[in-house]
Amino acid sequence: MTRTESTLPRWVFVMAAVGAGFVLLPLAAMTTRVDWLRFGELITSESSVAAFWLSLKTSGASTLACLILGVPMALVLARTRFPGQGVVRALVLLPLVLPPVVGGIALLYTFGRRGLLGATLEVMGLQIAFSTVAVVIAQTFVALPFLVVSLEGSLRTLGQRYEVVAATLGARPTTILGRVTLPLVLPGLLSGTVLSFARSLGEFGATLTFAGSLQGVTRTLPLEIYLQREVDADAAVALSLVLVAIALAVIGLATRRAQVIR
Amino acid sequence: MKYLSLRLLAGAAALGLALTGCAGGTPATTAPQQPTQAPETSQPAAEATTLTVFAAASLTKTFTELGQTFEAEHAGVKVSFNFAGSSDLVAQIQQGAPADVFASADEKNMAKATDEQLVAGEPVIFATNVLSIAVPPDNPAKVAGLADLARDDVQLVICAPEVPCGAATVKVAEAAGLTLKPVSEEAKVTDVLAKVESGDADAGLVYATDVAGAEGKVLGIDFPESAGAVNKYPIGALAGSGNADLAAEFVALVTGATGQQVLADAGFGKP
Repeated sequence: MTRTESTLPRWVFVMAAVGAGFVLLPLAAMTTRVDWLRFGELITSESSVAAFWLSLKTSGASTLACLILGVPMALVLARTRFPGQGVVRALVLLPLVLPPVVGGIALLYTFGRRGLLGATLEVMGLQIAFSTVAVVIAQTFVALPFLVVSLEGSLRTLGQRYEVVAATLGARPTTILGRVTLPLVLPGLLSGTVLSFARSLGEFGATLTFAGSLQGVTRTLPLEIYLQREVDADAAVALSLVLVAIALAVIGLATRRAQVIR
Repeated sequence: MKYLSLRLLAGAAALGLALTGCAGGTPATTAPQQPTQAPETSQPAAEATTLTVFAAASLTKTFTELGQTFEAEHAGVKVSFNFAGSSDLVAQIQQGAPADVFASADEKNMAKATDEQLVAGEPVIFATNVLSIAVPPDNPAKVAGLADLARDDVQLVICAPEVPCGAATVKVAEAAGLTLKPVSEEAKVTDVLAKVESGDADAGLVYATDVAGAEGKVLGIDFPESAGAVNKYPIGALAGSGNADLAAEFVALVTGATGQQVLADAGFGKP
């Protein structure tokens, strides 16, 4: 935090600019292909609106699931030591590097009707395949590592001194967690939450493989874009732009909130 | 603060990932591809001549086999294929891609070529494809015909009405007066097939050739109502071909006894 810009060699700026261009140019190129005359009509079609709401709902639900499961995971990974911890961490982070379609196949063999748990669930009258729950499961599967990595990093940077002090003062573990640890890593928690929301929003491969595609039930924005691409490229581009706008809004909002917290 | 910005930067990167995820849906068949070898018309007879065939992606297996037969029958001739979606192929031909023969998966795209006088003579229908019901090999829902697909206890997966196989599904269902309530409407017929293969769907509507290509992983149930939506495959030698004779011979191979046998084995119907 003490490093100033002036100590950076000039070539770093050049490469950074090239890198930024590499990310931004394709986005700019996409906006040039938008049929602005039909833009409003394309993004307000019944199927687009259904996909939009479904995406927001499922991404919200999977982000919540990521928080419920991911916060304890990050805490255990950052605050304990046990044999094989490195292996456990690597396995937990696997969905981060796994092609989503592989995740989808794995989920299919777990929760599918003929999967490991699917048959049992079906006996209990629960069917996950082709339901909105399947979409949330797919999104949570791919987004969870983003929250864990982000939060675990924050926890390690923070260190344990405040927690140790609180403990010596007689605070119970749950109190320390709620009053000391989590408030201190709030920025990390927030950015992890934003990352997992953004990842859920963009989930495509696992959903397509595992959940299916039905308007209002499983066809999220990325799947709607995939379908529209076969039919009306203009609609696909318009919806892609909507997805970019939502993602930008989420990240922008989180940045502002994070700055306020700091 | 620096740490947080890094995290947010990673967020932007993740988004990029998410977006490419969408673009990753680009089917391989629609990527504009140039044939690996362009026809060389001015070559002396002693050297290899290349016959370039543009064919619909669904013909990949059968035409590759017929190409080998053609090469065996014509010494010094190499057949080079460009397999892609018919609409992509016709767009490439319109833009002057070097092709000798065009085989389309539908009459609509062939008409685009004939309208611009790009085809030598009249295209010939050489194969047909109809819908077939695909069920898992043990047929858990005991599906016997089209009417069973409307049953509430049958988990049905079909193509979305926006894509050709889905349009055919709508046509067949309407003709039969059935209301289908699918659990999923896929953008690709291969995705329908995959869900039947995994046993997650009790039944799916796919093309007869998809059932044949699945080689026992699904059971095909033909139904008489499929005659209401027959997909016709036309083939034609192209006017711009420098190997007009060879192109005509290739068309003759496809429409002749050998070609028809190969196509029938793959599940295609007679023209």
